[in-house]
Amino acid sequence: MVENKAAAPIPSPREITTEPRFSDKLFRGVVTAGGLSSLIILGLIAIFLSYQGFEILIKEGFSFITSSEWAVEVDSVGEITNTSFGLAAMLVGTILCALIAVVIALPISVAAAIFLSFYAPESVKRVLVSIIDLMAAFPSILFGFWGLFVLMPSAEYWAKLINKYLGFIPIFEVEPRIFTRSPFITGVVLAIMIIPIVTSISREVFSQTPLDRIQAAYALGATRWNVIRTVAIPYSRGGIVGGSMLGLGRAMGETVAVYTVLNIVYQINWQVLFGAGGNVASLILLKFGEAQPYEVKALMAAGLILFLLTLLVNFIADQIVARTGSKGR
Amino acid sequence: MTQSIAIPKPSRPWRPSPRERVINISLVLGSFLASYLIVLSTEMKGKLAYFFVFFAALAILNFALGLITKDWMSGKDQFFSVLMLLGMTLVILPTANILYTVFDRGRAGLHSGLLTNDMALSTPSDPITNGGLTHAIVGTFLLVLVALIASVPIGILTALYLTEIKGRFTRPIRFLVQAMSGVPSIVAGLFILSAVVYTVTQSYSGLVGSLSLTILMIPTIARTAEEVLNLIPNDLREAGVALGATQWRTVAMVVIPAARSGLITALILGVARIVGETAPILLLTGGGDKINLNPTQGAMGSLPFYIWKSFLLGTEESITRGWAGLFVLLVLVLFLFMLARFLGSRRAK
Repeated sequence: MVENKAAAPIPSPREITTEPRFSDKLFRGVVTAGGLSSLIILGLIAIFLSYQGFEILIKEGFSFITSSEWAVEVDSVGEITNTSFGLAAMLVGTILCALIAVVIALPISVAAAIFLSFYAPESVKRVLVSIIDLMAAFPSILFGFWGLFVLMPSAEYWAKLINKYLGFIPIFEVEPRIFTRSPFITGVVLAIMIIPIVTSISREVFSQTPLDRIQAAYALGATRWNVIRTVAIPYSRGGIVGGSMLGLGRAMGETVAVYTVLNIVYQINWQVLFGAGGNVASLILLKFGEAQPYEVKALMAAGLILFLLTLLVNFIADQIVARTGSKGR
Repeated sequence: MTQSIAIPKPSRPWRPSPRERVINISLVLGSFLASYLIVLSTEMKGKLAYFFVFFAALAILNFALGLITKDWMSGKDQFFSVLMLLGMTLVILPTANILYTVFDRGRAGLHSGLLTNDMALSTPSDPITNGGLTHAIVGTFLLVLVALIASVPIGILTALYLTEIKGRFTRPIRFLVQAMSGVPSIVAGLFILSAVVYTVTQSYSGLVGSLSLTILMIPTIARTAEEVLNLIPNDLREAGVALGATQWRTVAMVVIPAARSGLITALILGVARIVGETAPILLLTGGGDKINLNPTQGAMGSLPFYIWKSFLLGTEESITRGWAGLFVLLVLVLFLFMLARFLGSRRAK
């Protein structure tokens, strides 16, 4: 027995390596693949929409985004004789409505975020933050029909007031005097939709304001407003701008709420209070129902333009937010 | 040697004293009175006038108070605090109004058969008690279920990549997820239309609708799950590895179980994001009036489609039906939201 034990081979030292095991390699591979799925999906969206829309884009060329006529002429047999597709009116309308929304939402959201970060007591704050998060979860169809049935009468009255007192400014002119379903009212509805996003991002950046700087300002005798004005707002400016860019992107891509509230008309309209406007996303929804295969291709091209536009806005927003973070003022 | 030590009573100097409270309340009351009097005596009228005159009066009175009791700076501070309160009020008012409107108008459309009948045998102008929402609720449930099955693995894997692997692509992927959450819902619908409907299925069905919802759901799940996984202390991961586990084992048996309720919250928020999504549903599902249990074939009804259709039909009854549909949808969203909150608060303990 004793001899046997002695004769047993001495185990060679375990080989130490930093090489991951097979299971880990597999794990890392699968997770990386999953992580790259967002890239793949976004890439596929761009590829398929360009594939479907490229015939129209070639034919219309640059006038697809500069002309504002959208017409399909059909002869008596139902054959398409002539088409012209131009998005200009819809693009202008999209940007106009989204800008109105941001102009309305930004001051309200920043004020609310400042209130939440610097004024509200903890218990009140928790309730209010819940309400804002809940508002972000409301479906857009809810905002759409609420805007149409409930907000419209009030908003029409506000529009008349603005027209009465500020009508000398060209964009507030209304001729003929139709106030319902205007870009302004759409902008108000969109503003209500993006307020929760802008508010929660602003609140987040305000909460990252360095505490020592706030305390230093108080120690120098600053009032609460001084602290907000001289410490919090300069520190958070980039984040707030980025947050409102995100809100802008949301507002530009909104379909259902705009479709229900806005009166879609194919002409470039800069009178924000006048009841005519456009929006690429709702154009797609509006035209899709009766569109023939050829027109559907044009809608795909429109979708591609909208996709690229929102991607661009998101990219700019991301860059702005990232720069604020690293600047570390 | 027995000296008594005076223990100071704890005070809360930041709390408003009774005197300050009386002043604050009287300022608010004074503003009410001012808004009432000013609106009465001038041309202004309506709720809008009351609202803004009240806040203007409150701001000016607070400013005056600060100016009299302390100095110019303090007055300015008081003035702006009222402005911030105004902003907060403007955020809360629409939410309150939406909730009130939906519950108020939706009530008229509620009846005992709402959850047990479908709309197959009802016309738009039928009395409200005919027909119901079963097909829509079943359809929404199936759509969400299929979308969940498709998006949960992708969303969680993305979150795991961002938190566990932190490879070379972390920054671009974080941006792409962000960009994906900004993809307009109608574009997601068009994409599925061009990539799946025109090339493969050639027909509308619940399944293709779910696919478009998947695209909208992935970023919500991925971002929430990332936040949750980031909250898991690194000590746990290090402890797992130190015990000799591989990274795969550590993630599967330590990190994910620790984050479980948070991950479920992420799923619920994802569901809440898509449950009322309308635009892609309108493009893709066809929207039937009968119960359809097969997502791969045939038109599938859903709550958003039902609401949309009811409002567009435009008869008095169908508009009531639309509000009732919004009521049910809102209750669903509220329920999901509270569930997520509940799980989230349990996690924090």
